[in-house]
Amino acid sequence: MPTRSQSLSIALGACGILVFLVGWQLIPALGIISAEYLPPPSAVGGELIERIGEASFWEALGDTMITWAIGLASALVVACIVGTIIGLSPFLRRATLTTIEFLRPIPSVALIPLAILTYGLNREAALVIVVWATFWQIFIQVLYGVADVDTVARDTARSFGLGRLARLRYVVLPTALPYLSTGLRLGGAVALILAITSELVIGNPGLGRLIAFSRSVGDSVGLYALVVVAGILGLIINLVLRTVERRVLSWHHSVRTEVLR
Amino acid sequence: MTARRLVNGALYSVALPVLLLAAWAASPLFATNRFFPPPSRVAEAFVKTWLNESFVVDVLPSLGRLAFGILISIVLGIAVGALIGSFRHLRSFSEPVLEFFRAVPPPVLIPVLAILLGINDQMKVAVIVSGGIWPVLLNAIEGVRGIDPIMRETSRSYALGPVTRLFSVVLPGAAPQIMTGVRQCLSVSLILMVISEMFNSSSGLGYRISYFQANYLIAEMWSGILLLGLVGVTLSVLFQIAERIVLSWYHGLKEVERA
Repeated sequence: MPTRSQSLSIALGACGILVFLVGWQLIPALGIISAEYLPPPSAVGGELIERIGEASFWEALGDTMITWAIGLASALVVACIVGTIIGLSPFLRRATLTTIEFLRPIPSVALIPLAILTYGLNREAALVIVVWATFWQIFIQVLYGVADVDTVARDTARSFGLGRLARLRYVVLPTALPYLSTGLRLGGAVALILAITSELVIGNPGLGRLIAFSRSVGDSVGLYALVVVAGILGLIINLVLRTVERRVLSWHHSVRTEVLR
Repeated sequence: MTARRLVNGALYSVALPVLLLAAWAASPLFATNRFFPPPSRVAEAFVKTWLNESFVVDVLPSLGRLAFGILISIVLGIAVGALIGSFRHLRSFSEPVLEFFRAVPPPVLIPVLAILLGINDQMKVAVIVSGGIWPVLLNAIEGVRGIDPIMRETSRSYALGPVTRLFSVVLPGAAPQIMTGVRQCLSVSLILMVISEMFNSSSGLGYRISYFQANYLIAEMWSGILLLGLVGVTLSVLFQIAERIVLSWYHGLKEVERA
């Protein structure tokens, strides 16, 4: 049962979408930008519905999702383990700082040539790119989160004789969780970006390859429809990860006050 | 004492990279693999490829677009984020549309922006902003929303005006989270700078690297990756200096807690 403020926020959100769509429809209709370059949402929507009926579309979508899921899961596991180990030890944090600072900013796309040479034009090459980029997003958040532990809480736990594992569970985990869930959400988005980008550049099957195809044949309506699909996909991923975040962080004050009002 | 500290710090920062480089140079695993040339060859290629006129032709324009894109992302992200984060109804109104744009993977916007703006510098900067702005914006909204309610209500009870509240409570309170967003913005922007130059381009860092790969110039390709790494490190150092200045109170607070 949604409360009054919740239904208000849903109505406001719907208004926002409506205003945006009307604006988009008007720009080509008024000739501000030619419909050839910016097809109106009515045309793009029609194309979208047509595509949904095609099996090849769902196949491409499935391919993209598999690459995304494998990439995100691998990056998450590795980032949590490595991030916790390094974040908890001041010695390791200092010793790895320059290496991390050098490796992290290397753009994943710079590794595309290397991935192609090593694995060929297939999903493995795409996964190298996805995991590399996603790993750093989550890893940095875990590192920040683990290092952000409240010193009073940490020392109190120690005085009360909590063991290493108990401290990890009751002190480090609650502190790092908001960071980790932000990292997961950003990582989920980045993994999708890189999954689609690698399909665009490497040409392994998926949504990105369909987009590259529409672009090369000059099908601008199809291009916009696929971009909308990519956006909706990202939206669904974000919504799912956000729901997970809300569940996990229901005790945190930035979520709690929102519910109370 | 301070000299020892300096030496210690230097040791900490170079020990692991030196170990890794030594392992790379010595490992028989890489010696036989022609895709992994030894570091000496990469260094040689680096000097030959980048330290000449191509620095002015390819590297500087790329860096200029990157700097411009990042600047726009940060300023716009904080301004819009602070506005949206401060008003609950505005947040509800704009969230679905913003979420959608944030969710669109920016590389797929390259063909769209190429149609709309043509292939030029503006389009490349627009690609960078289209991806770089979201971490800043999202973190600014979350940061403003997450400000301690007691702090917010106290400043209101003391009858601080909206402008004072913005600059002395809201923005500083959200700053730690905004800085996290800026940090992510930097790496996303660098990625997009490279991708924007890999499509329909004839100059720039991204173009050069994909050219080397297509022509199997392996050591040159690695030197490009190295250069991108160096750009990333420079950005990160600049960021850390900026963070020290912006968040000096926050780090001070943490230190006091630790003492």
